[in-house]
Amino acid sequence: MNTMTTTDPRATYVVRLGDDNVILGQRLGEYISRAPELEEDLAIANTALDHIGVARYLYTLAGELEGDGRTEDDFAMLRSEREFTNCLLVEQPNTDFAFIMVRQLFFDAYQVPLWEALSNSANHVMAGIAAKALKEATYHLRRSASWVVRLGDGTDESHRRAQRAVDGLWRFTGELFDSDALEDELAASGFITRSADLSSTWEGTVDDVLEEATLVRPEDPFQTGGGRNGMHTEHLGHLLAPMQWMQRSYPGLTW
Amino acid sequence: MATATPEQLRTVLSSVVDPEIPVLTIEDLGVLRGITVERDGDIVVTITPTYSGCPAMEVIESDIVETLAEAGHAATVVTQLEPAWTTDDMSDEGKQKLRAYGIAPPARTELAVVAEVRCPRCDDGSPRVVSEFGSTACKRLMVCTACGEPFDQFKAI
Repeated sequence: MNTMTTTDPRATYVVRLGDDNVILGQRLGEYISRAPELEEDLAIANTALDHIGVARYLYTLAGELEGDGRTEDDFAMLRSEREFTNCLLVEQPNTDFAFIMVRQLFFDAYQVPLWEALSNSANHVMAGIAAKALKEATYHLRRSASWVVRLGDGTDESHRRAQRAVDGLWRFTGELFDSDALEDELAASGFITRSADLSSTWEGTVDDVLEEATLVRPEDPFQTGGGRNGMHTEHLGHLLAPMQWMQRSYPGLTW
Repeated sequence: MATATPEQLRTVLSSVVDPEIPVLTIEDLGVLRGITVERDGDIVVTITPTYSGCPAMEVIESDIVETLAEAGHAATVVTQLEPAWTTDDMSDEGKQKLRAYGIAPPARTELAVVAEVRCPRCDDGSPRVVSEFGSTACKRLMVCTACGEPFDQFKAI
Protein backbone atom coordinates (compact mmCIF):
# COMPACT_ATOMS: atom_id res chain seq x y z
CA MET A 1 0.00 0.00 0.00
CA ASN A 2 1.25 3.43 -0.89
CA THR A 3 -0.31 6.32 0.96
CA MET A 4 1.62 9.03 -0.86
CA THR A 5 -0.61 11.79 -2.12
CA THR A 6 2.08 13.18 -4.43
CA THR A 7 1.34 12.50 -8.09
CA ASP A 8 4.27 13.95 -10.03
CA PRO A 9 6.87 11.14 -10.00
CA ARG A 10 9.68 13.68 -9.71
CA ALA A 11 8.07 15.16 -6.60
CA THR A 12 7.63 11.67 -5.10
CA TYR A 13 11.34 11.04 -5.56
CA VAL A 14 12.44 14.44 -4.24
CA VAL A 15 10.27 13.93 -1.14
CA ARG A 16 12.13 10.68 -0.43
CA LEU A 17 15.41 12.56 -0.35
CA GLY A 18 13.88 15.32 1.74
CA ASP A 19 12.52 12.76 4.21
CA ASP A 20 15.92 11.06 4.56
CA ASN A 21 17.49 14.38 5.46
CA VAL A 22 14.84 15.77 7.77
CA ILE A 23 14.60 12.52 9.74
CA LEU A 24 18.35 12.19 10.17
CA GLY A 25 18.52 15.89 11.08
CA GLN A 26 15.91 15.33 13.78
CA ARG A 27 17.69 12.23 15.09
CA LEU A 28 20.97 14.12 15.35
CA GLY A 29 19.16 16.99 17.03
CA GLU A 30 17.94 14.61 19.73
CA TYR A 31 21.56 13.87 20.65
CA ILE A 32 22.63 17.48 21.19
CA SER A 33 24.04 17.93 24.72
CA ARG A 34 24.89 14.22 24.99
CA ALA A 35 28.01 13.97 22.86
CA PRO A 36 31.23 12.84 24.59
CA GLU A 37 32.85 16.27 24.17
CA LEU A 38 31.81 19.84 23.38
CA GLU A 39 33.41 19.86 19.92
CA GLU A 40 31.39 16.81 18.93
CA ASP A 41 28.21 18.34 20.25
CA LEU A 42 28.81 21.32 17.94
CA ALA A 43 29.64 19.02 15.05
CA ILE A 44 26.46 16.99 15.54
CA ALA A 45 24.35 20.15 15.69
CA ASN A 46 25.98 21.54 12.55
CA THR A 47 25.56 18.28 10.67
CA ALA A 48 21.89 18.24 11.67
CA LEU A 49 21.53 21.80 10.36
CA ASP A 50 23.03 20.81 7.01
CA HIS A 51 20.59 17.90 6.67
CA ILE A 52 17.58 20.00 7.62
CA GLY A 53 18.70 22.80 5.30
CA VAL A 54 18.91 20.40 2.35
CA ALA A 55 15.51 18.96 3.26
CA ARG A 56 13.99 22.45 3.13
CA TYR A 57 15.25 23.01 -0.41
CA LEU A 58 14.08 19.56 -1.50
CA TYR A 59 10.59 19.98 -0.03
CA THR A 60 10.29 23.39 -1.67
CA LEU A 61 11.28 21.87 -5.01
CA ALA A 62 8.81 19.00 -4.50
CA GLY A 63 6.04 21.50 -3.82
CA GLU A 64 6.87 23.36 -7.03
CA LEU A 65 6.97 20.16 -9.10
CA GLU A 66 3.69 19.05 -7.59
CA GLY A 67 2.02 22.40 -8.25
CA ASP A 68 -0.58 22.08 -5.47
CA GLY A 69 0.84 24.79 -3.25
CA ARG A 70 2.30 22.53 -0.55
CA THR A 71 5.16 24.20 1.33
CA GLU A 72 8.22 22.79 3.07
CA ASP A 73 6.34 22.92 6.38
CA ASP A 74 3.39 20.97 4.96
CA PHE A 75 5.75 18.16 4.01
CA ALA A 76 7.70 18.12 7.26
CA MET A 77 5.00 18.86 9.81
CA LEU A 78 1.67 17.72 8.44
CA ARG A 79 2.24 14.27 7.03
CA SER A 80 1.72 11.09 8.99
CA GLU A 81 4.18 8.27 9.51
CA ARG A 82 2.91 6.23 6.56
CA GLU A 83 3.36 9.21 4.26
CA PHE A 84 7.08 9.53 5.07
CA THR A 85 9.26 7.70 2.57
CA ASN A 86 12.69 7.95 4.19
CA CYS A 87 14.98 4.95 4.32
CA LEU A 88 14.82 2.93 7.53
CA LEU A 89 18.50 3.56 8.32
CA VAL A 90 18.01 7.20 9.30
CA GLU A 91 15.08 6.59 11.66
CA GLN A 92 16.95 4.10 13.84
CA PRO A 93 17.11 5.54 17.36
CA ASN A 94 20.31 6.86 18.90
CA THR A 95 21.83 4.35 21.27
CA ASP A 96 25.45 5.29 21.76
CA PHE A 97 28.06 7.47 20.05
CA ALA A 98 29.49 4.56 18.05
CA PHE A 99 26.02 3.79 16.70
CA ILE A 100 25.52 7.40 15.65
CA MET A 101 28.85 7.54 13.85
CA VAL A 102 28.36 4.22 12.04
CA ARG A 103 24.85 5.28 10.96
CA GLN A 104 26.31 8.55 9.73
CA LEU A 105 29.11 6.77 7.86
CA PHE A 106 26.68 4.46 6.07
CA PHE A 107 24.47 7.40 5.12
CA ASP A 108 27.30 9.80 4.15
CA ALA A 109 28.94 7.15 1.96
CA TYR A 110 25.59 6.93 0.13
CA GLN A 111 24.92 10.66 -0.10
CA VAL A 112 28.29 11.62 -1.59
CA PRO A 113 27.85 9.61 -4.83
CA LEU A 114 24.12 10.43 -4.83
CA TRP A 115 24.70 14.20 -4.82
CA GLU A 116 27.55 13.79 -7.28
CA ALA A 117 25.16 12.06 -9.70
CA LEU A 118 22.27 14.44 -9.09
CA SER A 119 24.46 17.49 -9.69
CA ASN A 120 24.17 16.40 -13.35
CA SER A 121 20.37 16.27 -13.20
CA ALA A 122 18.46 17.54 -16.21
CA ASN A 123 16.49 19.67 -13.73
CA HIS A 124 18.68 22.67 -12.90
CA VAL A 125 17.16 23.29 -9.44
CA MET A 126 17.79 19.66 -8.49
CA ALA A 127 21.33 19.99 -9.86
CA GLY A 128 21.90 23.18 -7.85
CA ILE A 129 20.70 21.63 -4.58
CA ALA A 130 22.87 18.58 -5.18
CA ALA A 131 26.01 20.56 -6.05
CA LYS A 132 25.68 22.45 -2.77
CA ALA A 133 24.85 19.37 -0.70
CA LEU A 134 27.80 17.48 -2.17
CA LYS A 135 30.24 19.95 -0.65
CA GLU A 136 28.64 19.46 2.76
CA ALA A 137 28.32 15.66 2.49
CA THR A 138 32.02 15.42 1.67
CA TYR A 139 32.81 17.01 5.03
CA HIS A 140 30.27 14.81 6.80
CA LEU A 141 31.88 11.70 5.35
CA ARG A 142 35.36 12.82 6.30
CA ARG A 143 34.25 13.26 9.89
CA SER A 144 32.15 10.09 10.23
CA ALA A 145 34.82 7.94 8.56
CA SER A 146 37.56 9.27 10.84
CA TRP A 147 35.42 8.68 13.93
CA VAL A 148 34.58 5.11 12.92
CA VAL A 149 38.31 4.46 12.47
CA ARG A 150 39.10 5.97 15.89
CA LEU A 151 36.39 3.95 17.59
CA GLY A 152 37.00 0.67 15.75
CA ASP A 153 40.76 0.87 16.13
CA GLY A 154 40.51 2.30 19.65
CA THR A 155 39.94 0.58 22.98
CA ASP A 156 38.39 -2.86 23.40
CA GLU A 157 35.18 -1.19 24.54
CA SER A 158 34.98 1.30 21.64
CA HIS A 159 35.78 -1.51 19.19
CA ARG A 160 33.05 -3.71 20.66
CA ARG A 161 30.48 -0.92 20.42
CA ALA A 162 31.48 0.05 16.87
CA GLN A 163 31.24 -3.56 15.69
CA ARG A 164 27.88 -3.91 17.41
CA ALA A 165 26.65 -0.83 15.51
CA VAL A 166 27.95 -2.15 12.18
CA ASP A 167 26.24 -5.51 12.79
CA GLY A 168 22.99 -3.91 13.93
CA LEU A 169 22.71 -1.38 11.09
CA TRP A 170 23.93 -3.54 8.21
CA ARG A 171 20.46 -4.86 7.42
CA PHE A 172 19.25 -1.31 6.66
CA THR A 173 21.92 -0.51 4.04
CA GLY A 174 20.58 -2.58 1.14
CA GLU A 175 17.46 -0.43 0.95
CA LEU A 176 19.59 2.57 -0.07
CA PHE A 177 20.34 0.93 -3.43
CA ASP A 178 17.03 -0.79 -4.02
CA SER A 179 15.95 0.97 -7.23
CA ASP A 180 12.26 0.67 -8.08
CA ALA A 181 10.10 1.46 -11.14
CA LEU A 182 9.90 5.13 -10.13
CA GLU A 183 13.69 5.45 -10.24
CA ASP A 184 13.83 3.65 -13.60
CA GLU A 185 11.34 6.11 -15.04
CA LEU A 186 13.15 9.18 -13.69
CA ALA A 187 16.56 7.89 -14.74
CA ALA A 188 15.27 7.42 -18.30
CA SER A 189 14.33 11.10 -18.43
CA GLY A 190 17.71 12.26 -17.08
CA PHE A 191 16.28 13.58 -13.81
CA ILE A 192 18.29 11.17 -11.63
CA THR A 193 20.79 8.32 -11.63
CA ARG A 194 19.45 4.99 -10.33
CA SER A 195 20.59 4.41 -6.76
CA ALA A 196 21.51 0.82 -7.69
CA ASP A 197 24.30 2.31 -9.80
CA LEU A 198 25.80 3.98 -6.70
CA SER A 199 26.24 0.83 -4.64
CA SER A 200 29.74 -0.08 -5.83
CA THR A 201 31.03 3.36 -4.80
CA TRP A 202 29.37 2.93 -1.41
CA GLU A 203 30.84 -0.53 -0.91
CA GLY A 204 34.32 0.72 -1.83
CA THR A 205 34.12 3.57 0.68
CA VAL A 206 32.64 1.51 3.50
CA ASP A 207 34.98 -1.46 2.98
CA ASP A 208 38.03 0.79 3.15
CA VAL A 209 36.85 2.47 6.36
CA LEU A 210 35.89 -0.81 8.04
CA GLU A 211 39.24 -2.34 7.18
CA GLU A 212 41.18 0.62 8.55
CA ALA A 213 38.96 0.52 11.64
CA THR A 214 39.71 -3.20 12.15
CA LEU A 215 35.96 -3.84 11.94
CA VAL A 216 34.42 -6.84 10.23
CA ARG A 217 31.91 -6.49 7.42
CA PRO A 218 28.87 -8.62 8.34
CA GLU A 219 28.29 -11.71 6.25
CA ASP A 220 24.60 -12.00 7.07
CA PRO A 221 22.84 -11.39 3.73
CA PHE A 222 19.50 -10.45 5.34
CA GLN A 223 18.27 -7.01 4.28
CA THR A 224 15.07 -5.24 5.16
CA GLY A 225 13.24 -2.39 3.45
CA GLY A 226 9.88 -0.75 2.92
CA GLY A 227 10.68 2.82 3.94
CA ARG A 228 10.29 4.12 0.38
CA ASN A 229 6.68 2.87 0.46
CA GLY A 230 5.91 4.25 3.90
CA MET A 231 6.41 0.96 5.78
CA HIS A 232 8.54 1.93 8.74
CA THR A 233 10.09 0.46 11.85
CA GLU A 234 8.27 1.20 15.10
CA HIS A 235 10.67 4.07 15.80
CA LEU A 236 9.51 6.65 13.25
CA GLY A 237 6.21 7.53 14.93
CA HIS A 238 8.03 8.26 18.18
CA LEU A 239 10.36 10.61 16.31
CA LEU A 240 7.53 12.44 14.54
CA ALA A 241 5.44 13.01 17.65
CA PRO A 242 7.73 15.60 19.30
CA MET A 243 8.82 16.98 15.92
CA GLN A 244 5.28 17.70 14.73
CA TRP A 245 3.59 18.36 18.05
CA MET A 246 3.56 22.14 17.80
CA GLN A 247 2.02 22.29 14.32
CA ARG A 248 -0.45 19.55 15.15
CA SER A 249 -1.62 21.28 18.33
CA TYR A 250 -1.57 24.83 16.97
CA PRO A 251 -2.12 24.53 13.21
CA GLY A 252 -0.52 27.34 11.22
CA LEU A 253 1.47 28.66 14.18
CA THR A 254 4.39 30.88 13.11
CA TRP A 255 7.20 32.63 14.98
CA MET B 1 12.17 59.55 -5.36
CA ALA B 2 14.20 59.02 -8.52
CA THR B 3 15.02 55.50 -9.55
CA ALA B 4 18.26 54.33 -8.00
CA THR B 5 20.99 52.65 -10.02
CA PRO B 6 22.32 49.20 -9.02
CA GLU B 7 25.64 50.87 -8.13
CA GLN B 8 23.92 53.23 -5.67
CA LEU B 9 22.04 50.32 -4.13
CA ARG B 10 25.25 48.34 -3.82
CA THR B 11 26.71 51.21 -1.80
CA VAL B 12 23.65 51.20 0.48
CA LEU B 13 24.01 47.44 0.95
CA SER B 14 27.68 47.71 1.94
CA SER B 15 26.46 48.05 5.54
CA VAL B 16 24.82 44.59 5.52
CA VAL B 17 27.09 42.08 7.23
CA ASP B 18 27.08 38.39 8.06
CA PRO B 19 25.40 38.30 11.51
CA GLU B 20 27.71 35.49 12.65
CA ILE B 21 30.94 37.00 11.29
CA PRO B 22 30.18 40.73 11.41
CA VAL B 23 33.51 41.81 9.89
CA LEU B 24 32.35 40.48 6.52
CA THR B 25 29.84 42.29 4.34
CA ILE B 26 27.60 40.16 2.15
CA GLU B 27 29.67 41.37 -0.78
CA ASP B 28 32.96 40.27 0.85
CA LEU B 29 31.34 36.90 1.49
CA GLY B 30 30.25 36.47 -2.13
CA VAL B 31 26.65 35.98 -1.02
CA LEU B 32 25.43 39.03 -2.95
CA ARG B 33 24.99 37.78 -6.49
CA GLY B 34 23.33 40.74 -8.16
CA ILE B 35 21.11 43.79 -7.96
CA THR B 36 18.71 44.60 -10.76
CA VAL B 37 16.37 47.52 -11.21
CA GLU B 38 13.43 46.56 -13.41
CA ARG B 39 11.96 48.91 -15.98
CA ASP B 40 9.09 49.73 -13.60
CA GLY B 41 11.55 50.55 -10.81
CA ASP B 42 11.16 47.28 -8.88
CA ILE B 43 14.39 46.25 -7.17
CA VAL B 44 15.45 42.61 -7.06
CA VAL B 45 18.45 41.56 -4.97
CA THR B 46 19.80 38.07 -5.68
CA ILE B 47 21.69 36.19 -2.96
CA THR B 48 23.05 32.66 -2.66
CA PRO B 49 23.29 30.62 0.55
CA THR B 50 26.70 29.63 1.91
CA TYR B 51 25.59 26.37 3.55
CA SER B 52 22.19 24.74 3.03
CA GLY B 53 21.40 24.95 6.71
CA CYS B 54 23.01 28.30 7.45
CA PRO B 55 20.69 30.10 9.89
CA ALA B 56 22.25 33.46 8.95
CA MET B 57 20.60 33.50 5.55
CA GLU B 58 17.18 34.52 6.81
CA VAL B 59 18.69 37.32 8.87
CA ILE B 60 20.70 38.51 5.87
CA GLU B 61 17.58 38.50 3.73
CA SER B 62 15.60 40.63 6.17
CA ASP B 63 18.60 42.94 6.75
CA ILE B 64 18.77 43.62 3.01
CA VAL B 65 15.07 44.48 2.83
CA GLU B 66 15.28 46.67 5.94
CA THR B 67 18.45 48.49 4.92
CA LEU B 68 17.04 49.35 1.52
CA ALA B 69 13.71 50.37 3.06
CA GLU B 70 15.49 52.79 5.39
CA ALA B 71 17.08 54.36 2.30
CA GLY B 72 13.64 54.63 0.72
CA HIS B 73 13.73 51.60 -1.58
CA ALA B 74 11.34 48.64 -1.63
CA ALA B 75 13.13 45.49 -2.70
CA THR B 76 12.50 41.80 -3.19
CA VAL B 77 15.18 39.25 -2.32
CA VAL B 78 15.57 36.17 -4.51
CA THR B 79 17.65 33.14 -3.50
CA GLN B 80 19.71 31.53 -6.23
CA LEU B 81 21.16 28.04 -5.66
CA GLU B 82 22.99 27.53 -8.90
CA PRO B 83 25.91 27.78 -9.31
CA ALA B 84 26.58 26.67 -5.74
CA TRP B 85 28.46 29.12 -3.54
CA THR B 86 32.09 28.34 -2.96
CA THR B 87 34.61 29.94 -0.62
CA ASP B 88 36.42 31.02 -3.81
CA ASP B 89 33.60 33.59 -4.15
CA MET B 90 34.93 35.34 -1.05
CA SER B 91 36.85 38.52 -1.92
CA ASP B 92 40.54 38.91 -1.11
CA GLU B 93 39.60 41.87 1.08
CA GLY B 94 37.16 39.59 2.92
CA LYS B 95 39.90 37.02 3.53
CA GLN B 96 42.18 39.70 4.97
CA LYS B 97 39.41 40.91 7.27
CA LEU B 98 38.83 37.35 8.47
CA ARG B 99 42.48 36.86 9.36
CA ALA B 100 42.57 40.16 11.26
CA TYR B 101 39.44 39.02 13.12
CA GLY B 102 41.24 35.83 14.25
CA ILE B 103 39.67 33.38 11.82
CA ALA B 104 41.97 31.63 9.35
CA PRO B 105 40.55 32.28 5.87
CA PRO B 106 39.76 29.46 3.46
CA ALA B 107 42.43 28.36 1.00
CA ARG B 108 41.51 28.21 -2.68
CA THR B 109 39.35 25.10 -2.99
CA GLU B 110 41.82 23.32 -5.27
CA LEU B 111 44.44 23.71 -2.52
CA ALA B 112 42.10 22.89 0.35
CA VAL B 113 44.42 20.92 2.56
CA VAL B 114 45.29 21.47 6.18
CA ALA B 115 48.86 22.39 5.27
CA GLU B 116 47.60 25.56 3.57
CA VAL B 117 46.19 26.96 6.82
CA ARG B 118 48.27 29.42 8.83
CA CYS B 119 47.71 30.49 12.41
CA PRO B 120 46.03 33.93 12.36
CA ARG B 121 48.04 34.91 15.47
CA CYS B 122 51.63 33.84 14.78
CA ASP B 123 51.40 32.80 11.10
CA ASP B 124 52.82 29.35 11.79
CA GLY B 125 51.93 26.94 9.01
CA SER B 126 51.36 23.65 10.84
CA PRO B 127 48.13 23.85 12.85
CA ARG B 128 46.19 20.73 13.78
CA VAL B 129 42.46 20.05 13.30
CA VAL B 130 40.56 19.67 16.58
CA SER B 131 37.10 19.18 15.06
CA GLU B 132 35.67 19.33 11.54
CA PHE B 133 33.02 21.75 12.80
CA GLY B 134 33.47 24.91 14.86
CA SER B 135 31.02 27.44 16.22
CA THR B 136 29.19 27.42 12.87
CA ALA B 137 28.87 24.92 10.02
CA CYS B 138 31.23 26.91 7.82
CA LYS B 139 34.17 26.73 10.23
CA ARG B 140 36.30 24.07 11.85
CA LEU B 141 38.30 24.19 15.05
CA MET B 142 42.06 24.18 14.85
CA VAL B 143 44.93 24.74 17.24
CA CYS B 144 48.33 26.20 16.42
CA THR B 145 51.15 23.76 17.22
CA ALA B 146 53.65 26.64 17.56
CA CYS B 147 51.94 29.25 19.77
CA GLY B 148 49.09 27.12 21.14
CA GLU B 149 46.38 29.48 19.92
CA PRO B 150 43.04 27.76 19.37
CA PHE B 151 41.23 29.27 16.37
CA ASP B 152 38.47 28.80 13.84
CA GLN B 153 39.22 28.18 10.20
CA PHE B 154 36.71 29.01 7.49
CA LYS B 155 36.55 25.73 5.58
CA ALA B 156 37.18 25.71 1.87
CA ILE B 157 34.17 24.30 0.08
